[in-house]
Amino acid sequence: MIDAYTSQVLTFIGINSILALSLYITALAGQLSVGHAAFMGIGAYTSALLMTRLGWPFFLTTACGALMGGVFGFCIGLPTLRLKDLYLAIATLAFNIIWVVMLMNIEAFGGALGIFNVPKVTNNWTVYISLGILLLFFHRMQDSRLGRAFRSIQEDEPAARAMGVNAVYYKVYAFTLGAFLAGYAGALYAHFVTFISPHDFEVDRSIEILLFVVLGGAQAFIGPVIGAVLLTLAPEVLRFLAEYRLLVYGLMFVVIMLLRHEGLIEEDTFSWKRWSRTFRREDRAAAP
Amino acid sequence: MLAQQLVNGLTLGSTYALVALGFTLVFGILGMINFAHGEIFMLGAYIALLLVTMGGFSIFWALIGGMVGAALLGMIIERVSFRPLRNVSILAPLISTIGLSIFLRSLAQIIFGAESTRFPVSIKTEFFQLGPFQISLLQIVILAISFGLMAIFQAFIKKTKIGKAMRATSESLYTAGLLGIPVDRIILLSFAVASALGGVAGILLGLNFNAISPLMGKMVGLKGLTIIILGGMGNITGAMVGGLFLGFVEVLSVGYLTSSYRDAVAFALMFLVLLIRPTGLFGRVVR
Amino acid sequence: MPPLLEILQVTKVFGGLKALDQVSLGVDEGKIFGLIGPNGAGKTTLFNLISGALPVSSGRMFFKKEEISRLPDYRICRMGIARTYQNIRLFGKMTVLENVMVGQHSRTQAGLCSTLLRLPAERAENARARQTAAEWIEFFHLTAKKGDKASSLAYGEERRLEMARALSTEPSLLLLDEPSAGMNLQEVRDLNELILKVRSRGKTILIIEHNMRLIMDICDHIAVLDFGQKIAEGPPAEVRADSRVIEAYLGKEA
Repeated sequence: MIDAYTSQVLTFIGINSILALSLYITALAGQLSVGHAAFMGIGAYTSALLMTRLGWPFFLTTACGALMGGVFGFCIGLPTLRLKDLYLAIATLAFNIIWVVMLMNIEAFGGALGIFNVPKVTNNWTVYISLGILLLFFHRMQDSRLGRAFRSIQEDEPAARAMGVNAVYYKVYAFTLGAFLAGYAGALYAHFVTFISPHDFEVDRSIEILLFVVLGGAQAFIGPVIGAVLLTLAPEVLRFLAEYRLLVYGLMFVVIMLLRHEGLIEEDTFSWKRWSRTFRREDRAAAP
Repeated sequence: MLAQQLVNGLTLGSTYALVALGFTLVFGILGMINFAHGEIFMLGAYIALLLVTMGGFSIFWALIGGMVGAALLGMIIERVSFRPLRNVSILAPLISTIGLSIFLRSLAQIIFGAESTRFPVSIKTEFFQLGPFQISLLQIVILAISFGLMAIFQAFIKKTKIGKAMRATSESLYTAGLLGIPVDRIILLSFAVASALGGVAGILLGLNFNAISPLMGKMVGLKGLTIIILGGMGNITGAMVGGLFLGFVEVLSVGYLTSSYRDAVAFALMFLVLLIRPTGLFGRVVR
Repeated sequence: MPPLLEILQVTKVFGGLKALDQVSLGVDEGKIFGLIGPNGAGKTTLFNLISGALPVSSGRMFFKKEEISRLPDYRICRMGIARTYQNIRLFGKMTVLENVMVGQHSRTQAGLCSTLLRLPAERAENARARQTAAEWIEFFHLTAKKGDKASSLAYGEERRLEMARALSTEPSLLLLDEPSAGMNLQEVRDLNELILKVRSRGKTILIIEHNMRLIMDICDHIAVLDFGQKIAEGPPAEVRADSRVIEAYLGKEA
């Protein structure tokens, strides 16, 4: 079938896609989180510990991982409700940093060294079936009460509230859901790489997830996925650059912001209407 | 012992204050954060290092050179990340500077290696006794330079014509433009000043700990962010007081808690402030 | 019969400024009630208090005999009060249909699970909401633009969309904030007709306006605010002749 290396890359693409979507859903309700790696880590550690210490089965540990992520998401999302834009971003950043430092000091959870020998249970089937369900959910959400509620809050929160949308409820909901999904992705991650440490979930990782969404764009739900795919493949493709890889990576975002700041994927990039418009214009130009 | 900690805290805090001033200046004028500020701080130190090791300059000229170099870097960043993007969204410049910080950090690592380097400047380790305080010559130098710069900066902002133009632009970009203030140039200048302060802070911190590394900008940058939240974003007094405060708190927490919690303290404080009093202790500049 | 909306001695203070000072009024069901006054008189502030966007500083408000003084805005909407905005606040990136369907939010309930599973109840509810929205879109002559982004609409269309959206929340009381601003004579006449049609659907309307012709034509009752205080109230003919009102608009005679 496919070789081990390709299979591994595919798994990472899948997990990163789920992470990207987990951030996208909080962004959908107008909230920017730069600390998502913490929720990922919470899920990873919960699942890894439950399996290595208590011997629980995979489906249960991943469910608990996701749940723990959600619980923390709720605990962080609720008090930070009033914060907007930049302030929320910084608060989530702070949470991420604090969480990592705390974790490094808890010897019971492996301290700075982390957890070894996590059973490798994640395979591409689990990852892609999960991703598939998630994509179905986002697709269904487009023409749904929930989706419209989120989007109206993102557009103009006071107007949404005046139209009967309980913004507080939905914002916390979106944040919790995003953390839940990140926790789930973290659990999948732990049972794939078999070794996790606090360093896997630092601010760098949060920024990486943010960049998936930035690259792909937050206009359509497929955007963050495309972003995740491209950025997961990039290190493989840029491998020949060796130590200059990060230079290119950093510069890339400077360039992207200058050329196409909304991200690659627009809402109608995949719609027939949009492209047929372009062709029709060209036809008219060609006529004498 | 406590007295000694206070001196150490003051020294550390004064360098943090300079970094915070840089952040707050940019936020005050544009309402945005320059995520690469920490890297300017780091590169300021390295420029000074190069001037001393390769150019044979004295530490005095290295300081000047570091400041100038950092200022130039800041102006380049303004042109690349802020000028074209500041009307687009709040997020775009942030992402651009995140990209720049990654770029600059790895550039420094490639050029200078990933390890930390000693600052090959020996300021004689003389100690002075002032009552219960014991203070080294190095600390005196650092304090003199930091506070000196802060004083000059305050005077500049309050008394000079350009300083007033900066304050006007901070209040309202639009109105300042209508009044005939060359807004673009003022913004550029603000970046230059902010970055110069950041660069000096890098050199001073490097002298203080006798080590500089390509990664030193990351943590300090994040701490600078927490300081301006604590002190109120855009608020100059808040940045200075916040910086000193953080210096004290960090030194004391290293003394009385385990050192590994040191970094977390800053962020825990910031998180609390954001929850309880988001405008910061001195009130933020409303944008 | 008690008024549908009762406002009792309501005061709103911003820092040192009294935007509203002991204002009282009652809006009867099925009527069109006009709120006029010079700019800065506090009319939009009053709307903000009624809709729950801002808290009152003192005083009480009752809607359908229930107190609404302390309720949050989304709850007040659910109780049956909807509004439009002076500066038009549409959901620009959403389509016309989606904008109006948001109005149906408080009249529907589907959550995450029913969305994911496409339960028949959710599908039926969604279809019903779409139908209601489509009816109001038709009412305001926007059907042709149903699938277009709200940001692509012309000014007059934007105003009508805001009204369609507000009506889609199935309110008993509709607050209109300067709906005729920026309109020409013909558009104002059309608006006139539309508002009367809305009233004939059983809605009560409270309308802020500067266009005197519109106000005099359609209002059953008018209140006049100046510097946060109510200076006159009564049927249009009376108010129009009131010397205090004339003074407020034109200034004291020399």
